[in-house]
Amino acid sequence: MAAAEAREDSGQYVLHHLTNLKLDLRSMKIDPDATGFWVLNIDSIAFAVILGALLLFFMIRVARKANTGVPTGVTNFIEMLVEFVQGQVKDIYPHANSLVAPLGLTIFAWVLLMNLMDIVPIDWLPLLGKHVGLHHLRIVPSTDINITFGMSLSVFVLMYIFSFKYKGVIGLGKEFLTHPFFIPSGPLMVLNVLLIPVNVILRLVEDIAKPVSLALRLFGNLFAGELIFVLIAIMAGQAFNGTASGAALGFAGFVTQLVWAGFHLLVIPLQAFVFMILTIVYLASAAQSHGEEH
Amino acid sequence: MDLNATLLVQSFTFLVFVSLMWRYVWPYIIKAMHDRQAKIADGLAAAEKGSKSLHDAALKSEEALKVARVQAQEIIGAANKQATQIVDLARQDAESEKARIVASGHAEVEREVTQAKDSLRKQVGELAVAGASRILKREIDTKAHADVLNELAAQV
Repeated sequence: MAAAEAREDSGQYVLHHLTNLKLDLRSMKIDPDATGFWVLNIDSIAFAVILGALLLFFMIRVARKANTGVPTGVTNFIEMLVEFVQGQVKDIYPHANSLVAPLGLTIFAWVLLMNLMDIVPIDWLPLLGKHVGLHHLRIVPSTDINITFGMSLSVFVLMYIFSFKYKGVIGLGKEFLTHPFFIPSGPLMVLNVLLIPVNVILRLVEDIAKPVSLALRLFGNLFAGELIFVLIAIMAGQAFNGTASGAALGFAGFVTQLVWAGFHLLVIPLQAFVFMILTIVYLASAAQSHGEEH
Repeated sequence: MDLNATLLVQSFTFLVFVSLMWRYVWPYIIKAMHDRQAKIADGLAAAEKGSKSLHDAALKSEEALKVARVQAQEIIGAANKQATQIVDLARQDAESEKARIVASGHAEVEREVTQAKDSLRKQVGELAVAGASRILKREIDTKAHADVLNELAAQV
């Protein structure tokens, strides 16, 4: 009976940690059970915006102070980051474009900061929130699929803007209809009528797969990491239930948490880097006609 | 885990942040970095130039030193020669002066000897006359024998 109760408690704990602080836009009330599209995850947005604003604040300060003297401290670090991103963009992106590198830097730094929130012990901020009346609080924006999809959606839009800019409507249309299957000449040219729908479908799948994979990759990695932290926390939570096995479990949870945090510290920058690199790659392929590529 | 309006808000925020970064951050940092690169390149070039000109200056100074050494040698030689000449000239002057002084000394001595001789002669003559007059008692006329006496005095 006690075991079943404990299981219930654990289930609630996990669920509680995976529920956003939701604002129902139709009734303008905070409601954790709100469903439908017109709902805002206030916690995700707040943490994302705060982290992004902090990042911009530091960046603008560094940019203001940027001079040709000897760089020190934060400036040095930021310049290192800038140089790193610029190097990646130069390697991947074929044209000269002033937007791609700052876009890459924003993605890398912002996603890195959002991912780093995963390292903050999972109960600290929600506990603090409970005392000010917020009963649900998820502090890692990148474990919210809306946040990752939001960014990949913007990348998707930029991909099409780039395509139009570099290929024009005709070039893009031609690519849509004739790539990859096309018979340029000969008696079989009539078959192109059949190939065109195939091309369009393939292209649509290819293009839609890009933002979806981008968003799901980041979300999946971070969500899994967060979930495991929650499970470890349940384990560690048994430390003070009075039994010897509970104490042992608690100690094991404590050790596991450290190990998982150490491992997760590798995942955090890696996922930020992957998001940035794939964005640059997608924009590069959008700006490059397929003829050039092959 | 359903999609909701958060997506749109995040999408918009993302574009705003990217455009801010694009407009207000990236160009300034990149410009500063490029400018610093140019500055360092200039500095290195200037240092290169400086060290080269230092090398040139060292060579030039060595050459100048060599020339100066040769010149100094020449000047010392000329000075030595001139000094010898001056000393020689001075010696000649001194010799002639010495000769003159010796000659005048000789002349003086000669004159004084002659004078002394004359006065001695006179005294001897007088002494001889006095002696003779004393011997011959009034027999000798001073006036008549003056010629003889003078001749005698001249012979003494």
